[in-house]
Amino acid sequence: MNYHILREIADSWVLLGMFVFFVGTVFWAFRPGSRAAHSDAASLPFRHEDKPARDIIPTKTKRSEGQS
Amino acid sequence: MWDWIKIAALGLITLCAALAANWARDLAYQVHALIIMAIAGGMFVWTVRTAGDEKGPAPTGYNDGVIRAGVIATSFWGIAGFLVGTFIAFQLAFPQLNFEFLQGYGNFGRLRPLHTSAVIFAFGGNALIMSSFYIVQRTSAARLWGGNLAWFVFWGYNLFIVLAATGYLMGATQSKEYAEPEWYVDIWLTIVWVAFLIVFLGTIFKRKEPHIYVANWFLLSFIVTVAMLHVVNNLSIPVSIFGSRSVQVFAGVQDAMTQWWYGHNAVGFFLTAGFLGMMYYFVPKQAGRPIFSYKLSIIHFWALIFLYIWAGPHHLHYTALPDWASTLGMVFSIILWMPSWGGMINGLMTLSGAWDKIRTDPIMRMMVISLGFYGMSTFEGPMMSIRAVNSLSHYTDWTIGHVHSGALGWNGMITFSALYFLTPRLWNRDRLHSLSLVNWHFWLATIGIVLYAASMWVTGIMEGLMWREVDAQGFLVNSFADTVAAKFPMYVVRGLGGVLYLSGALIMVYNLWMTAYGKQQPAQAAVPAE
Repeated sequence: MNYHILREIADSWVLLGMFVFFVGTVFWAFRPGSRAAHSDAASLPFRHEDKPARDIIPTKTKRSEGQS
Repeated sequence: MWDWIKIAALGLITLCAALAANWARDLAYQVHALIIMAIAGGMFVWTVRTAGDEKGPAPTGYNDGVIRAGVIATSFWGIAGFLVGTFIAFQLAFPQLNFEFLQGYGNFGRLRPLHTSAVIFAFGGNALIMSSFYIVQRTSAARLWGGNLAWFVFWGYNLFIVLAATGYLMGATQSKEYAEPEWYVDIWLTIVWVAFLIVFLGTIFKRKEPHIYVANWFLLSFIVTVAMLHVVNNLSIPVSIFGSRSVQVFAGVQDAMTQWWYGHNAVGFFLTAGFLGMMYYFVPKQAGRPIFSYKLSIIHFWALIFLYIWAGPHHLHYTALPDWASTLGMVFSIILWMPSWGGMINGLMTLSGAWDKIRTDPIMRMMVISLGFYGMSTFEGPMMSIRAVNSLSHYTDWTIGHVHSGALGWNGMITFSALYFLTPRLWNRDRLHSLSLVNWHFWLATIGIVLYAASMWVTGIMEGLMWREVDAQGFLVNSFADTVAAKFPMYVVRGLGGVLYLSGALIMVYNLWMTAYGKQQPAQAAVPAE
């Protein structure tokens, strides 16, 4: 394993792999039906401003979890 | 049980530090050993006195104490860094300020790394740690993982800064730009950084939201990449375990390439990806509307990650580095322009439909100008990376101007707006002490940056042109001292820009202090807009 082997791998398969991965992420972002997921993710900062989610869930569910 | 382990460990560290201070081979190492001895000894006594005490119930809710500490540390280091920066700007204009009695400690060469590390790593780093802790909790809907580990990250990181800064003054440096700290300080930072990664990842793992918000992607890539860069660029062998000197493992052009692979990705992942994480949270929050396009933010992320890592060689045009490598760096730097502007547009367009906020909300205005400077410096940078342009700009003050329009404009302004955003929320206040003081800060800082950047463009291009000017016989027309003399007026203007920027930051600190600890003013009755 020397520099030239590394260089050849980097020039061929790794380059191709990274390029395909990158193009894949773009297509994945624009896949049909992603709008709902994206708008849900984009509104993430506007939930749970003051408290973690666990504290918002009423204690009832917690207790029932403990009993079962 | 944990208390007893802690007592034993702290006692051992105190003892070893005392031995190291005794056998120290240079001043910096000795002072650092004494600092560590004092800290470990103090913690030892404190742990002994509180060992076995009843611990209260495990706290719930968000862990905001460490973020409050982060706000204070960010403000403190900001002032310290800006102050040193302004002073060394005047040292360049008036060399008499390299006082004789401070020779070897307070001259430009010793203070310059103190300034860069104070603003990038102390001010910027604390801002990043504090915002990552804030953002990852809010967007994961979970308390920070790891209990007091977050406090270890905060204090450990600030100890790293103290060791680095005092080391520079006493000459402990490995002479790598932005990676000056010596080997033991590097090892300590590695430990702290791994703890930071664990706290961040632990919080993401226990998140209550199915999706990982895009700000966290940027912050995680910042943490992971900085860890990788730091470890590889600081591969060095200490000369002695009791001394602060070390020898780099790489040599020659390999060392130069590793250094600028590190250096440019410190810009790319510390000052860009990390601060973009802040942008993707605080801008939508302050605007009160979600990010313009979430799809664009995903593409922005992956494009930035894939491109930035290759841009480093543009720092080594016309050196021993092979041409293909510097061409590669140049090409990737130019391609980078696109995702950078994509991100800027994404941030700015978040305001679409709420443009009036720029007029009514000075914090929003600060975020907008910060994005404006981000766009400006990510255009200027690719341009300067072109080999022909670089032949004029390299080694001149144009580079310094470029760095500062990015650092003061983009990083500084987004950090200020994050501090203004966080302080009322963290200290449970309805609002900031004074919005008109934010306005003052905004204008002082903006005019300061304009003075700084404009004077550095003028002096940098002048200097570059003077260096390459040859007469009919092919002899150089100007000596180096001629360029130094010609730069004097611009150096004074640059120093004044620094004074304005520093005054703005001082106003901010007063405003934040009054918000957090001052008497709360009664809320004004709503006045209808006219």
